[in-house]
Parts: sequence; structure tokens; C-alpha cells
Amino acid sequence: MATPSSRLRESEHNYPAEPLLRVRDLHVHYLTPRGPVRAVDGVSFDISRGEVLGLAGESGCGKSTVAQALLRILQPPAVITGGEVHFGDRDILEMSDDELARFRWKDVSMVFQSAMNALNPVITVGEQIEDVIIAHGAMGKLEARQRAADLLDIVGIERNRLDAYPHQLSGGMRQRAVIAIALALNPPLMIMDEPTTALDVVVQKEIMSQIDELKRQLGFSILFITHDLSLLVEISTRIAIMYAGQIVELASARDIFERPLHPYTQGLMSSFPSLTGQTEALTGIPGAPPNLLQPPSGCRFHPRCQHCKPIFTKIVPPLVEVERDHWVACHLYTDVGVRA
Amino acid sequence: MSEPTTIEAAPSDAGKDTIEAAAPVMDIRNLTKRFPIGGMFSSHEVHALQDVSFSLPRGEVVAVVGESGSGKSTAARLLARLMPPTSGEIVYNGRDVLKEESGRASLAYRGDVQMVFQDPFGSLNPVHPVRYHLERPLKIHKKASGRRQVRERVHDLLNIVGLQPVEDFAAKFPYQLSGGQRQRVAFARALAVEPKVMLADEPVSMLDVSIRIGVLNLIERLRADEGISFLYITHDIASARYIGDKTNVMYAGRMVEGAPSGELIDNPAHPYTKLLLSAVPNPHAGLRTQETQARGEIPSLVDPPPGCPFAARCPHVMEVCRQRMPDTTWVGTDHWVRCYLYGE
Repeated sequence: MATPSSRLRESEHNYPAEPLLRVRDLHVHYLTPRGPVRAVDGVSFDISRGEVLGLAGESGCGKSTVAQALLRILQPPAVITGGEVHFGDRDILEMSDDELARFRWKDVSMVFQSAMNALNPVITVGEQIEDVIIAHGAMGKLEARQRAADLLDIVGIERNRLDAYPHQLSGGMRQRAVIAIALALNPPLMIMDEPTTALDVVVQKEIMSQIDELKRQLGFSILFITHDLSLLVEISTRIAIMYAGQIVELASARDIFERPLHPYTQGLMSSFPSLTGQTEALTGIPGAPPNLLQPPSGCRFHPRCQHCKPIFTKIVPPLVEVERDHWVACHLYTDVGVRA
Repeated sequence: MSEPTTIEAAPSDAGKDTIEAAAPVMDIRNLTKRFPIGGMFSSHEVHALQDVSFSLPRGEVVAVVGESGSGKSTAARLLARLMPPTSGEIVYNGRDVLKEESGRASLAYRGDVQMVFQDPFGSLNPVHPVRYHLERPLKIHKKASGRRQVRERVHDLLNIVGLQPVEDFAAKFPYQLSGGQRQRVAFARALAVEPKVMLADEPVSMLDVSIRIGVLNLIERLRADEGISFLYITHDIASARYIGDKTNVMYAGRMVEGAPSGELIDNPAHPYTKLLLSAVPNPHAGLRTQETQARGEIPSLVDPPPGCPFAARCPHVMEVCRQRMPDTTWVGTDHWVRCYLYGE
């Protein structure tokens, strides 16, 4: 059934030239007493209309910080110290508080990891959806209630659960309710930060199918953030791999899975036991992700990399396009590596 | 080594090839645990574990797979005897330990059967260095005496779990370690008492993807080199296949299927096992086009209705499924299932 060419969606590869979201050289620091933690250090990417960009990495790599920076919901001590984030022709980082309030949920919405914490426990699910709609002046109270019921329909919750409190819903339903809120104003871009991490696999599968279906119907773009690369294979158009605050590889989902170029991506791929084929001994990646207070010099992956040469510890590899639409930040593919 | 509690409990190289090797190290029979809820006058009970039987062969890794609320952690806690079961037997090395040591588990049992918990951030005391965590069990279980012997044994343990240089790691505090390193300390601590059985409850689920395999490989190495039998509790059926010689599947407090891991995944019998397998994202298989057949979530375990707990979600449900839980049916070599689709 799954021939290599049918595995990943290709039909969605041609986009209008103008991306929906353009992130350039984004820097976010956490200011701590022991010095700045460079959680996001020069991250750049685009998201086109209708595209799903998967952003994958381990805990502490800065992927959630990127998401929060895009919506400017970072709390101190996190500070955006540089870069540009363009949504259409507006720079999000230049927006005033009023502009931001109108921008959030309307243009970009967010689905957080833990629906248990994202929903207010003492307000009904219906009211929480209506709140978003009314706060943006999109509709009156009655209309908003109607819309909230429709949204529950869309995400597969019975309409009569409108008056249910979050604790009366199962984990999967709560996550659906959070997705309904994110859909409320029909935003062109949704950021999903580990939307299924707290859920069981069967429920996770249902939510993923639902997200995929909604995306087809409504045509929004998604920035899908997860630590679980295997989740991205079915939903993503392109995948960006983050390591220690930087993007180390960015390519089509198919290239990431079938021909990963960065040693870190290759290591991640050999970290998942398979359900099919021979059971092979896997190696994972030796060592642990670095402390970003003092990130390793040069290539940040060098202490864990088998291919490391002395020069790689001194020079930072740039993210370059080594094949068409396949970007890698690794000296194995630069002049530095060729000479070494 | 502590004084052997029975003759069988003292392993010797000579004994390994004889009858002892064939007998499972642990046999769990009809284990049931119910928790009363709702106060003194309430008769409601959570049926966390119902009539679970399986065995743990010597020197093998047995995986127990299930979603949250399936009772898999309750099973591990009962085997560690952190709490007593409502009914059922735990036969360890041929002895019905619940009968022989009613009440608190003996020091010998606690030494032989060790548990490693899910959360390496919560299971180590933050104010003590790694050394302290390893010295304590050595002293309590009298596995080493004298400063020098204790020190050497601590270094041995750190070597076994791959935390080198050992001197440095012995002096570190938990906050200075990564999640994977903490979990290795937890394994070293369990190893300190020279256990025969280790109960590992989701030991990698809180770790980063890139270091999970390292811990799974450690389990495999401890099994091969130290001859320790493992109960590996997980929600990740792919990792069960990776290190589990056998895999048992749990659903809503019941154990519904068990088989050698490869057989279970290639020829799942129970509709729930099939559902679970169809839901797992598997990057190696590419895009799965099959639709999951069943929907919904695990039912409430409070005063559950009689019959098979999966009946409410099962695409093949029959009238009889709602009345009585089916007994065990053998569907292949070493492969059993509790489902009316396969007879009875």
C-alpha cells in the first residue's frame, strides 16, 4: 500500500511565492542570574499557505520558545533579543499591545500541550469558546453560542456538551475543545505545541486524523511542534529539526525520513524501535543535550557526533541548501568539512 | 549476598541448568486489586486490576503494554509489594509469598525484587549526591561493609550503568544530571541490592527520544550479563517489541493477550491489540492508510459492568461479551488471548 512515492504527500509542494509567516534570525534569551540562556539562537523559516511545518526536537531545544515568541506570549525572564517575524506584511515583533490582542486567535491561534491546564476549570467549555469569539467582536452573544456549538460539531464533540465543565470531559475531548477554541475565528495559521503528548496512543491517533481532516477542509497552515518525530510523518509537508536552539536540518518530510543528512537527524531516526521488519539493535545518540548557558563551541552537536573533526569545534556551520529544498547545518556538507 | 530465604533462592551456576532454570522466577495468579472510593459509607470501588495471571521466566524481559488506566502500574506495585492485593497469588521462586509473609514484605524479598520508577526527577533526593543514593541500599541490605568496600561497590555500580568517569558521577547531585543519567542512577540503586527481578515502570517515557534507546539497551545488557529478569511496563508497544521477549497487553484492568513479542505484533488476536497497533505512528512504515476501527476511550473502572471491558468499543462485540469475561484461549505456541472470537 505504502510505496515510497505515496508515503508522503507531494501534491502540496507548490505554494504561492509569498509565505504566510516568515521568521528570520530569531533570538530569544532567558536572562538568568548565571547569564543568558540562548534558548533560540538564530532561527529562520517560512510557512506557506496550507502548509504543515513540523518542528521537532528534544526537550530544551527551544521549540516551544519559538512558538511562544511567534505569538509574543513569552514571560520574563525570556526576552526576544533579535530577529524578525513577518506575518503577511506585518512584523509581529513591532506590534503594539492592542494590535497583538487583535492579532492573536484571529490571525494565529495556538493549541497548547496540556488541555487540562489550558482550559479554565470553573467555566463551561461553551463559554470558553464564546469568550474568544466575543472578545474579538466577531459576533454577539447568541450568534457566538451558535458558533461554539458548530465548532464542537466540527471537532467531534456532541453539541450538548456546550455546558459541560472541563472536568466532565475526557482528556481527548478536552484536547478537542482546545482545538475548537483555536478554530473559533478561522485563523490562517495554527501553532500546535505537542497537542497530543498527554494522550494515549489510540486517542492521539484520533486527534491527529481530526487535525488532518480539518486542515483539508479549512485550509489553514500549521506549525506543529513535537518531540516525537514519528508523529510528523503523516501530517507534515516539511520538517525542521531543532537542536540546542538552532535549526540543524530543514527539508520535505519525505527527505527527513528517507535521506536525513545531519548526523543528529540520523541519530533520531535510529532512536525509534520499529514495529515491522527485523529487530535491529539501535544505538540512539550518545551523551545528552547540552546546557544552553554554555553551549558547545562551533557546531553545537559536536560533543555527541561521530563525524566530528577538530575544526568543527571552532566554526559554526551555517544552514545551507545542499540539495534543492534540503537545508542542513553541518560541516560534512560545507567547504570546512571538505578541507578537513 | 544476603542469607538465602529458601534453597532455590540461592543461585549457583550449577543450579541454573537444572529444574530451576525451567521454572519461572515469578508466577502471578489471578491478581486483583480494588480501591474503595467515596468515603466510609460508599460501596464504590475502582477495579484497578482484575484477575491478572502471567509468569516471568527467569532471565527474560516480559513487557506489559497498556494505556493509562489499564492497571499496568498497579500490577508492578503489587509485585513490588508496595501495597497488598485484594486477592490473588504471587509465587516467587516457588513460594506463595503473600501467604508466607502476610503483611510487610521481608527484607529478602525487597532485596530480590526491585523497582525502577517512571520519573527520574522525583525518585532521587535532591539534597544528596549520587554516592548517597547508592550507599544507602548497600548498607541497609548489608551488601557491602567498610568504607573502602562500599566505595568500590558504588564505583562498580556506576560502571555497570555506564556513568563514567565514576568518581565524578558519584559526587554529583541529581540536578547536575540529565534525565537519562538520573534514570541510570535509579537503575544502579536498584542493582545495589543484587536483585533477581527488576520491575521497570515506564523507565524511558519521561526521557528524551535520543537517550531512550540507551536505557533500553542497558536493560537488555543487565538481563544478559547479570541474569536479571525484567518486568518492563510501557505504553509504547514498539519498545516492548525491541526488548521484550514476551509482551502482555492490558486493557482496563484486565490482561487480554500475551505472546512472544514478535508473534504478538505480527499476529495480534485481540481486537484491542489490533486497535493499539493500528494507532501507533510508525515512521518506518510510512503513511498508514488504514482507519482505526474502534473509537472512544478506556471506560470508567468504578464499578465496571460484567463482561469484557473492551465490549463497549469492540467492532466485533457479541451478546456474550457483555455478560462474562472470556477465559484464556490458546491461539498459537505460547500465544493466548481472552476473547470470545477465539472459542470458548
